[in-house]
Amino acid sequence: MSTETRSTSRRALLVKVGLFLNGIVGVALAVPIVRYLLSPLAREKNPGYQSWLSLGQLAQFPAGQTRLATYRNPIVNPGDGQTANIACWVRNVDDRTFQVFAINCAHLGCPVRWFPQSNLFMCPCHGGAYYQDGSRASGPPERGLFQYQHKIEAGNLFIQAGELPTPGQPVAIKLGGKSPCACEPPCA
Amino acid sequence: MRLIEKIVAWFDLRLQLGAPIGDIAKHQVPRSSASWFYVFGSAALTVFILQIVTGILLALIYVPSAGEAWDSLQILNHNVALGWFIRALHGWGSNFMVAIVLIHMVQVFLFGAYKFPRELTWIVGVLLLLVTLGMAFTGQILRFDQDAYWGLGIGASIVSRVPLIGPWAVRLMLGGPIIAGVTLSRFFALHVFVIPGVLIAFVGVHLLMVLKLGVNEWPMPGRIVRRATYLQEYRELTHKDGVPFVPDAIWKDIVFAAFVLLSIALCAVYFGPFGPSGQPDPTIIQTAPSPDYFFLWLYALLSYLPPSAETPILLIGPAIAIVVLLGLPFFAGEGEKSWKRRPIAVLVILLLAVGLGALTHLGTYTPWSPVMNAWSSLPIPSAYLRGRTALERRGALVFQAKQCHNCHPR
Ligand code: FES
Repeated sequence: MSTETRSTSRRALLVKVGLFLNGIVGVALAVPIVRYLLSPLAREKNPGYQSWLSLGQLAQFPAGQTRLATYRNPIVNPGDGQTANIACWVRNVDDRTFQVFAINCAHLGCPVRWFPQSNLFMCPCHGGAYYQDGSRASGPPERGLFQYQHKIEAGNLFIQAGELPTPGQPVAIKLGGKSPCACEPPCA
Repeated sequence: MRLIEKIVAWFDLRLQLGAPIGDIAKHQVPRSSASWFYVFGSAALTVFILQIVTGILLALIYVPSAGEAWDSLQILNHNVALGWFIRALHGWGSNFMVAIVLIHMVQVFLFGAYKFPRELTWIVGVLLLLVTLGMAFTGQILRFDQDAYWGLGIGASIVSRVPLIGPWAVRLMLGGPIIAGVTLSRFFALHVFVIPGVLIAFVGVHLLMVLKLGVNEWPMPGRIVRRATYLQEYRELTHKDGVPFVPDAIWKDIVFAAFVLLSIALCAVYFGPFGPSGQPDPTIIQTAPSPDYFFLWLYALLSYLPPSAETPILLIGPAIAIVVLLGLPFFAGEGEKSWKRRPIAVLVILLLAVGLGALTHLGTYTPWSPVMNAWSSLPIPSAYLRGRTALERRGALVFQAKQCHNCHPR
């Protein structure tokens, strides 16, 4: 073997060593980068996905009526502005039974509106409609409105909220998957 | 004059770009391709450059924060000199870009330009279409108004329906549990860094292949593409009946580019910027969100799909469409190029155009949506009441008082 080929093969080896070192460094850098990117998935580390918060005094929700309530999301970042204010519908059936519906249509999340005369929730987007108990009346939604779990403490109505309800979510499926009439509070 | 030549020579000695640029300019293209039908690719590139320039200009004022984005758009519209014009240029530029990319694609499809050896050019082109639509969607989000907010909700709801990974995908998309500041930040990063980077890379590859493989010749009925002979035939064609790209072909590109830019500017001046509509406050529910023009067909489709078929169609449909588009050059890589001998190709285009056109048209007046602000006690026309029984009139009263007008307008 001539000196030249020997030295090229040595250099070729050094190139491989260099690439190998870069591979190790690359992995060492990739792990934190990927973890950073996936951080929204680490639910346990982000408390407040589902926490109890007050919608205010019961007196605001007269019996037999459905009223709009708003709350501030439990997790708020400085840049969130108004987006952290969330609305929901509170239905006081008979002062003992309550239902709290998400504002988001169970079809694709548009804000449903309550029409007291016709006793219907209607969605402005694709024409979804729901009965007063939140069950599906017509249109593209596959199911009734999402419902928040709620409790009454010291004359205040509390709901468990903190995450945007979407049709595919396990939480959402748990909440109000069946006709809400069928279950007495606490709806679990 | 001598001075300029000297300066040019000084630079060229160092950059060595003169010769390759000269080659590109002088390379022979089939005489038939120096046609007005071949100007859409370069027009798309021109609009893309306009989008980069106006995008950077907007970034000078825009604040990508959920709490302030809407206000910064108002400032652009009202307080910054000609801010409204730059916004309008960018908005109209995006509409033109999607339109031109689609026209370009239809032309390439009907002229059989995706066949051997330009399969990869087509595939990169399909990716460019997807990336362009990605720009259109993320751009619509950056106009952080009510439509953008609820549009994100719709996007999240669609993503959540993906089996198994849906809920995780939603959280990755939103960056947190709800639509908020982080959501806007990640869409800003996508719209301003990630997607444009990909777009520039793909455009580079796309252009490179157009130059290396030569532009598609005008398809002649009966001139069949065969893998074994095509390259040779194309070479002969450009030798025998070729013209230099500059100036024989490029002048049409240049003229059309100017026409497109002028049209965008005229639209911007005449129609003004898009929105922003109401503030992105989720507690303001008096809103009827609707997407921008190029997604209206989807909006209509979502209203008409039967509930049980919706999720599969929504998730599988786009995947099939993309696979078909990407696979097209592989199952139709040879054969007839001319649309005159490809009736099915023409039919497919017509069908798609009519279908998308009809859905878009429906999307502009949403016959499926309740009229949310219908005046519920609007009187029933007296013509319906004349000669009715008391019971029937009572029914009319119910109709009038129960907000039935919302869904059953006259
Ligand atoms: S989002 Fe309500 S019907 Fe589609």
